[in-house]
Amino acid sequence: MSTFLTILILFFVVTAIWQIVKIYDLTQVNTVAKDSSQIANDKDNRVNGYLMLGFLIFIYVITIICFIRYGDFPLMSNSASVHGSKIDDLMMVSMVLIFFVQTVTQFFLYYFAYKYKGQKGRKALFYSDNHKLEFLWTIIPAVVLTVLITYGLLTWSDIMNVDQDEDPIVIELYAQQFNWKARYSGEDNALGKANVRLIDIDRANILGLDEFDPNAQDDIITTELHLPVGKPVLFKMRSQDVLHSAYMPHFRAQMNCVPGMITQFGFTPSVTTAEMRETPEMIEKILNINNIRAEKSKELQEKGEEVLDPYEFDYLLLCNKICGKSHYNMQMKIVVETQEEFDKWINQQTKFKNSLIAQK
Amino acid sequence: MSEYIEIDPNEDHGHHHKETFITKYIFSQDHKMIAKQYLITGVLFMGVIGILMSLLMRLQIAWPEEPNVIFEFFLGKWAPDGVMDADIYLALVTMHGTIMVFFVLTAGLSGTFSNLLIPLQLGARDMASGFLNMVSFWLFFLSTVIMVASIFVEAGPAAAGWTIYPPLSAVELAQGGSGLGMTLWLVSMAIFIASSLLGSLNYIVTVINLRTKGMTLTRMPLTIWAFFVTAIIGVISFPVLLSAALLLIMDRSFGTSFFLSDIFIQGEVLHYQGGSPVLFEHLFWFLGHPEVYIVLLPALGIASEVIATNSRKPIFGYKAMILSILAIAFLSTIVWGHHMFISGMNPFLGSVFTFTTLLIAIPSAVKAFNYITTLWKGNIQFNPAMLFSIGFVSTFITGGLTGIILGDSALDINLHDTYFVVAHFHLVMGISALYGLFSGVYHWFPMLFNRMLNKNLGYVHFWVTAICAYGVFFPMHFIGMAGLPRRYYTNSNFPLFDDLADTNKIITGFAIVGGLIQIVFLYNFIHSMFYGKKSPQNPWKSNTLEWTASMKHIHGNWQGKIPEVFRWPYDYSKPGYEEDFVPQIRPMKKDEIEY
Repeated sequence: MSTFLTILILFFVVTAIWQIVKIYDLTQVNTVAKDSSQIANDKDNRVNGYLMLGFLIFIYVITIICFIRYGDFPLMSNSASVHGSKIDDLMMVSMVLIFFVQTVTQFFLYYFAYKYKGQKGRKALFYSDNHKLEFLWTIIPAVVLTVLITYGLLTWSDIMNVDQDEDPIVIELYAQQFNWKARYSGEDNALGKANVRLIDIDRANILGLDEFDPNAQDDIITTELHLPVGKPVLFKMRSQDVLHSAYMPHFRAQMNCVPGMITQFGFTPSVTTAEMRETPEMIEKILNINNIRAEKSKELQEKGEEVLDPYEFDYLLLCNKICGKSHYNMQMKIVVETQEEFDKWINQQTKFKNSLIAQK
Repeated sequence: MSEYIEIDPNEDHGHHHKETFITKYIFSQDHKMIAKQYLITGVLFMGVIGILMSLLMRLQIAWPEEPNVIFEFFLGKWAPDGVMDADIYLALVTMHGTIMVFFVLTAGLSGTFSNLLIPLQLGARDMASGFLNMVSFWLFFLSTVIMVASIFVEAGPAAAGWTIYPPLSAVELAQGGSGLGMTLWLVSMAIFIASSLLGSLNYIVTVINLRTKGMTLTRMPLTIWAFFVTAIIGVISFPVLLSAALLLIMDRSFGTSFFLSDIFIQGEVLHYQGGSPVLFEHLFWFLGHPEVYIVLLPALGIASEVIATNSRKPIFGYKAMILSILAIAFLSTIVWGHHMFISGMNPFLGSVFTFTTLLIAIPSAVKAFNYITTLWKGNIQFNPAMLFSIGFVSTFITGGLTGIILGDSALDINLHDTYFVVAHFHLVMGISALYGLFSGVYHWFPMLFNRMLNKNLGYVHFWVTAICAYGVFFPMHFIGMAGLPRRYYTNSNFPLFDDLADTNKIITGFAIVGGLIQIVFLYNFIHSMFYGKKSPQNPWKSNTLEWTASMKHIHGNWQGKIPEVFRWPYDYSKPGYEEDFVPQIRPMKKDEIEY
């Protein structure tokens, strides 16, 4: 029945639009009977010229609204890692630059369109070339981009080259449809060898570790990612089935997890979860989110459904490469804490050698 | 009318032969008819499907929990009780991308306008090979049929994203859509590529060999330059995608391991060993990135022609425009790695690709500035085609600028695969190319059907579309910067993103209006095709050759001799002439400087 109704409604909507258009079309023919050439005349030029100016204003207004309304959510400040602030600075410089170019070029485009709207009898200026001008606007972008490229490349190589001398904690991020695991390397700070061919679900060897590798014995597999603040971390990424991407937006970190190879990304978390929750920006954001959730809960309550829990901020690891049906819900909680809290937590976890189920 | 060629039947060697219904409308070898066939199959038919799919996605994103009768109606068993299935959402993402990029904006745009304009603007009676041209269209038609058929298979159509990265696309256990749906996708694309290659070879050969007397390379309209270079990029890069598709078929069906290694899925270890998904990414993006310019360059060409004609001014910096097309084309083949900064490839390669990518901004900036200068002190005629071309320049700038951010590898770390990317490429290639397409249809409709489109409907079409395009994609940058990943069926599992829900509803509102307003264009198109006002010979007072050809459909384009060309196509408002245009076929005056 509802299908039938939908067809009917759709049919009516389409017919209505069609008819409105048709009527509009007919009225136009009657009023402008003198000029039915369908070629723009002075009146069209005038109207569209003003609309061009209007559209310029529209673009500016939508830009301003977006910055005011949504300027809060962008991740352009509040990074929770040491390299994050460098990315944020680069982002700021780039944003200011493109914002400036956008504002100026769109102005000239629409303003000229308005200013030089056609009039019968007027003739345009025959102006086909000016090498000086063209040289100028080749060289200016070239110079600006050289600066930007250099700045970008320095930042990039700074982030991507992991300094082994800093002695980072090595942690494996293991992706599978549709969840994440973390593997800590234990006291030896070396991950045991692993391959998906060694996975033995019956014995709870879920990541396919080599049972006979001494490095693997003290490895610790967890479903939450805890990181000590201020200590460099080197992530080794692995996937057992399809491509995934380990995306940690608050830390400005992302790397694909590729079956058959190990990828890596390193950073140093700089703000603990507790500290981040206390920043004024985050308090405001969470307040806002909880207001939205409270309102939604009211609606749900009226329908007799379960209400939403209030939200408390946590860092997240998200999957950011299309990986199948439940891609949209592949996440892991990240906790950044002090060294003492971290040590306490890690000591409560089970080591690999103790987690294996003995063969029957 | 002295510049129009006098009719001399002896000169046309019986090119216009008697045509039956089948040779005229179905297996036609006439480039003008083939252009119409591409327009109707590629743009009108596939375009409606592609846009409809995007609206279904937008409805799902805005109201993820609520059952929707629209889903039930369009998706049937994929939306039990009106709740969309998560797999079919990914299928919509995939098919929308595939259809819009390949079928609408590659085949539809190039197929229509390269076919229509290359012979007409160069003064040729037809393409170099009319037969190959016909084969090219029918291969395209076949691939369309297969692609549309794949939507209806039992386990669902391909759903691994339009980039079909293995292993997701290769292993059926990973996703329902990676079974028959993906097989059909690959077969369809293989045939599509064959069609595209035949078409491109034909365009290249025609441009090189069949120019009329006097039509030197530097007297060719920028449309032809754009189509020519587009065809060359296509010939260079499409075969690589074909090889990637064939290797993927081997992996899927014959047990090879080109792209696959060490996979454990649903409790079993697969036999694959030694392959690399990253290899596939390289092969895919070696086409995938030039593809962006295959889509964009024809639109740039059309905009150049339309802006010059309607500003009644020569295009500013004609030679710089050609050079920048060539520079963009060259650079486009060495930047593919910017899609793979975080794929696990060597970070040093990332810095190389950042460098080449940001260089593209230079020729692009030259183009944008030249368009703006062309408007300066013009006498702008706001025909609907002109509105779309100005809109094109606007979205090309807005979308292009965010490319400077995404092309910077350090910034891409955090923005990769977020909605920022969606906003960027939709503006710079999706909307821009669509504007170019619309601009072309409004401008050359008289050439195609010998009738005029209704201009007032054109104005309504443009202004509503323009507002909606910014309304949809401008705020999208911001939700991307907030860290929202794309291709999520719903965001409700992340309370962190709850404050973006309102914005998503606003975006969907704009998308629905923008989608529905295309009905006005469809109406205008179909109605005018049959009942539009008859077109005069040269409605836009344009200089190019196509407007000297017979407006009535004849196979061979010109009734008498092929016209000769004496000047470049941009002598608008040239001093020393009464009229504000001087067609290419008018001989130069004594002592007149060309440009």
